Formats: sequence, structure tokens, C-alpha cells
Amino acid sequence: MGRKLHAEAPDPRRNLTSPDVSLILIDKLARRYVMGSETVHALRGVDLRIERGEYAAIMGPSGSGKSTLMNLIGCLDTPSSGTYRLNGIDVGEMDDNELADIRNREIGFVFQTFNLLARSTALHNVELPLIYAGVSFDERRDRAVEALEHVGLSDRMRHKPNELSGGQRQRVAIARALVTRPSIILADEPTGNLDSKTGHEILALFDELSTKGNTIIVVTHEEDVARRARRIIRILDGLVESDEQAKVQEQPAMTRV
Amino acid sequence: MRFLSELREGLGIAWNAILANKLRSVLTTLGIVIGIVTVTLMGTAIAGFRASFLTAIAAFGTDVFHVQRFSWFFESEQDWRDASKRQQITFVQVEELARQLTLSESVAPVAQIGLSVGYADRNSSGVQVLGSTDQYLKTSGSVIARGRFFSGAESSGGRPVCVIGANVASNLFQTLPPLGEAIRVGDKPFSVVGVLEKQGGAFGDMGADDIVIIPLEQFRYQFWSNPDLNVQVKVGSLERMDEAKEELRGVFRRIRGVRPSEADDFSINQQDQFLDAFNRVLAIIGSVGLFITGLSLFVGGIGIMNIMFVSVTERTREIGIRKAIGAKRRAILAQFLTEAAVICLIGGLMGLAISFPISLALQSRLGGAMPLSVVALAILVSLVTGLASGFFPAWRAARMDPVEALRSE
Ligand SMILES: Nc1ncnc2c1ncn2[C@@H]1O[C@H](COP(=O)(O)OP(=O)(O)OP(=O)(O)O)[C@@H](O)[C@H]1O
Ligand SMILES: [Mg+2]
Repeated sequence: MGRKLHAEAPDPRRNLTSPDVSLILIDKLARRYVMGSETVHALRGVDLRIERGEYAAIMGPSGSGKSTLMNLIGCLDTPSSGTYRLNGIDVGEMDDNELADIRNREIGFVFQTFNLLARSTALHNVELPLIYAGVSFDERRDRAVEALEHVGLSDRMRHKPNELSGGQRQRVAIARALVTRPSIILADEPTGNLDSKTGHEILALFDELSTKGNTIIVVTHEEDVARRARRIIRILDGLVESDEQAKVQEQPAMTRV
Repeated sequence: MRFLSELREGLGIAWNAILANKLRSVLTTLGIVIGIVTVTLMGTAIAGFRASFLTAIAAFGTDVFHVQRFSWFFESEQDWRDASKRQQITFVQVEELARQLTLSESVAPVAQIGLSVGYADRNSSGVQVLGSTDQYLKTSGSVIARGRFFSGAESSGGRPVCVIGANVASNLFQTLPPLGEAIRVGDKPFSVVGVLEKQGGAFGDMGADDIVIIPLEQFRYQFWSNPDLNVQVKVGSLERMDEAKEELRGVFRRIRGVRPSEADDFSINQQDQFLDAFNRVLAIIGSVGLFITGLSLFVGGIGIMNIMFVSVTERTREIGIRKAIGAKRRAILAQFLTEAAVICLIGGLMGLAISFPISLALQSRLGGAMPLSVVALAILVSLVTGLASGFFPAWRAARMDPVEALRSE
């Protein structure tokens, strides 16, 4: 099923929001780690193009470079060679502060281990990106509450992470990722630490976010998780092995959260 | 706006971090507490020492101007020759000066001549005879041991009375009571109304006890009708010395008819070399004392640095999370600097809470309670210690690679 999608293949519907710029345009991206005398080639030249509103899954065996790719897409890391254009802007040219700004405004991270601040309440965790964005106190509060309501946690706002279940923690993390209304939501094995029922609830949340027009990229090991996405990118040994679109039709309306 | 909310966030984090490690925070703060206690007590002691010394040296005449034809310090021989051409200072000018000065307490003209004095069969040579007014007691800071100083009436009436220095009294009278006796000054009889307390030559002021003071009118009548006068002007407060000096100069120039274009034809001398020397000594004592006590603060600062490094390492993952969601280096730096500053500030305030009551209790020995400037300085110093010792750990945190930081556990 599905078919190979060429990175260059234009999709006329995307042009409604941005005439000629892809959201993510990656060209021969490589990432090497030098460890003493050895060099680990985590990525060996990845070409990738992702448009606004896409819901893509990245799959591949352990050590194939999925997390490395996600870190690069999320501007947490910088490539050893190759270019990455986000919204048409070359990220490789940016300094540390500009990258922090991009992460703050354009990227929402969801991690396998949740990565919440242990000593802060759910509400404060969700507020945090807005603090670094310089949003005023009142607006910050309102938006954090709204995001927590959105993920179904309006009755757990004052709880700290250790007072929440795994699924609830991941919801807080998703609310934190959503609260800045980012261009991309990046999730690295978001259900990896959850039982399958809770995992499915989280995935349903992603489905809903996708339906509302959010761009989502999920790293996963599980085929059934990947099948929810409309595009599956398979990575092997630091290269894109295959890139297939599950269903071409039935694209959702372009309304964001 | 962003700065404020980041600062608030930083303060909140700092507070949480301190609460989360109460015992550790207390132990770390202890170094700062001890440092601030020693530094503030030392600062108080130095300030008290300075204050009591200033009052003490005021008695030695540091608040007195000596208006003379000659300066105490000549730059060159030419200066000295110029000064000797100046017109003398007359009694009329001094009277006029005393009337016009508003910022000074008392004015006394002083004429001086070396004579031998005698009583019965004893003689004492090399005695300085001073002619002055009753104001001399105030301007010179002399203290009467026995009897009294001559009165204003005796002074203006030119009575043949005298007040004698301690050495003169012991040389002429030995154990006999001098009061009421008549001594020979030159050849003239003067009756003794008072004896001065021994001054000693503590500041090289030799001969301060080998003097006889008589009314200026008698001096002019008996010894020197038109002497070159020195004028002693006592200001009465070290605080307004500068204004008083300006007034003195202006008034005396007018009295002596000095035209605006001309230089002063008199010198205003002052014993400020005492003050200078004292300030030098105090600066040395102060810097050595503060250095030694500052060492304990320094050790406290190292403790803070150490614990901040631990804190940064423990919270590597938190740093990664914050960076991942958009915290800039500056924000992370500020967060840990704030934490170090808060710890030190708390330590500083605790130190003050201990040392301020101590300074009150030891008020008499320290020469005063802790001045506000020391309190302010202590707060500033603890803040700066926090910022300085927190800087390297905070810098390390700010420079962390977000991916590495997130990977840590
Ligand atoms: N900081 C690093 N230093 C050295 N090598 C690294 C580093 N990070 C990743 N690697 C190496 O890069 C390769 C890709 O790692 P990556 O974490 O991207 O794999 P992954 O596909 O996410 O694996 P998994 O499914 O187990 O999470 C691995 O061989 C890994 O050992
Ligand atoms: Mg991974």
C-alpha cells in the first residue's frame, strides 16, 4: 500500500498557506560524533521535505539515527554538514540565542520520558515556555490553563509530576508543547513508557491535533502507532530507507488549535 | 517584561532549590554568615576607631586655623622672602576679624617672645611668654590644672596676671603652691592665677609646658608694643572646616585690603598633617583588618561555588529541559546567578542579624554601633560574593549542550 513520495513532489494544497516554502526542507543532512579516534556516523546524508499539516512517523531499528534526526529538526542540535531550512530559513546559520528562540516559538517537544520539571506543578510546567517567550503573567496563565483543558487535565493543574500517572504526565508534556502554538510538534517515542491503553489515548490526542492542522512528527517502534500517521519515513543506518504516504486523500482542514 | 518574569522564575527556582536541600543550604550559608559577621564587626570597629580619634584630635587643635604672615611649609626660599615682606598682623585687624567671622567659635591673637622668668631665688630661661586674650584658653585647647585662666576683664584691662605652664610651675615652685604668688617675667612682676595641665610633647610639641601666658595688653606695654601677631581661629567642628576657611580667607583679605587680583598676604595654617598621617595609618589598619576578615568571606564564597557546581551537575537534566523549550543561555546563567545571590544574601542578612546586636552590646568598646554604611556594604558584599562565586557554575550551566543535558540522568 502507499507509494513513494519524492521530496520534490509539490502538493498544491500546501500552497494555500505558504506559496513556495516547505516547512521542513532537509538536504544531505549529516551528523557525526567524534569519540576519540572513532567517528560515529549517526546520520549520513538525509534528504527530507515535510509540509505544513503533515502527520509523519519516523521508524527504524535502534541506533539508526531517529533521535539524532529529531534533535536536528527540533534545533536542539546542529548538523555536521548539509542544510536544514525551517520555514525557508537556514538553521545552520543561526547562533545559540536564535536557535533557542526557534525552539521556543516553532517547536513543541514531547519526550519518551516526559521531561517535566519535578518540583513544579503541571500548570507551571506548561507556563514555562511562555515565561521564556516573555508573555505577560495573565496571558500566560490563561493560555496554560487552556492547553491543560485541551488535553483533559483541568482538574490536575496544581499537581506535581509525581502526583500524576504516566499518561497524565505525557498529557502535561503535550500541553507544554502546544502552549506556544508551534509550527511543529516533535514526539520521540511518546508512548514508549506507557501501557498500550494509555498509549492509545495519547495517540488519539495526536490524531485530534493533526485533524486540527498541526504538523506532527512522531518517532516510534510500533507499526500500529506509525499507521495512524499518513506518512511513514523509515531510517536505516543514518539514511532514509523508504518514505511512503499511507493515504493521499482525506487531508484535514487547515485549522490549527 | 521578559526580564522581570525570568527574574521571578529565577527567584522561584532558587527558593525551591534551597528548600529542597535545607540542610545543605544552611551549611553552605554558614560560611557567608561567618564572613559577614567578621567583616561587619571589623568595619564597625574601624568606623568607631576613626570617630573617636577624630574627637580626640580635635582637642589637639586640628579644628584650629593659625593665621600668620608665614606659612608652615615653604615651597622655596623665594616664598619665604616674599612672606617676610608682608605687612604685620595687627591687633586692630584681629579684633575686626573676630567681629566678622560667623562660622568660627573663637579668635585669639597671640604674640610671643622668649624671656627668662624667676621666683624668689630661682630662675628659668628659655621660656616662651605669650601675650593673648581670654579666648586663648578655647583656641589653644589648653586645660587648667589649678586656679583659673585670666578673665576677659583682666585681659582687656591689661592686668599683670599670668597663667603658667606645668614645667614653669614645677621649676619655679617645686612643691610650693604657686597660686597668688608673683613671679618675675623679664623683670616685671606678674601674679599667678592659674597653672596649665601638663601637655607633654606627645606630638613633638616640645616646650608646650614651658610657657607663661599674660594679657596681650600687658605684653605690648611691657615687652613689645607692636608685635607680629599670630591669630588662632577655632572652628569648633571638623565638619565645616572648609566653609570656615573660605569665610576666614575672604574676611581677612577685606580687612587687610587685599585687592581681588592679588594673592593672599597671609597664610592660613592648619594641623592637618596629623589628620593625614592618621588617615594613612587607618587605611593600613583598615585594609589589613578587612583583608583578614575578608578571607573568611572568601572561603564562604568558595563554599558557595562548590555547592553551585554540585547543584548544576544535579540539575543537568532540568537545564536540558529548559533549553529544549527555549531558555536562552542568558536565562540559564541568570537562574543560577540568582540562586547563588539569594543564598549569599540570606547568609548576609543572617550575618547582620548576628553582628548588629553584637555591635550594640559592644558599643562602648567598638566606639559606636554599626553605621548604616556598614550594613549597606554588608548586603552589597554578600550579593557580590554570590554573583562572583556563582558565576563559573552558572556559566557552565549556560554553556551546556541541550542534547547532552537531556540525555543525562
Ligand atoms: N552523543 C553521542 N555521542 C556519540 N554517539 C552518539 C551520540 N548520540 C548518538 N550517538 C550514536 O548515534 C547513533 C544514532 O543514535 P540515535 O540516538 O539517533 O538512535 P535512535 O535511532 O534514536 O535509537 P533508539 O531507537 O534506540 O532510540 C547511535 O549509534 C548512537 O550510538
Ligand atoms: Mg532514540
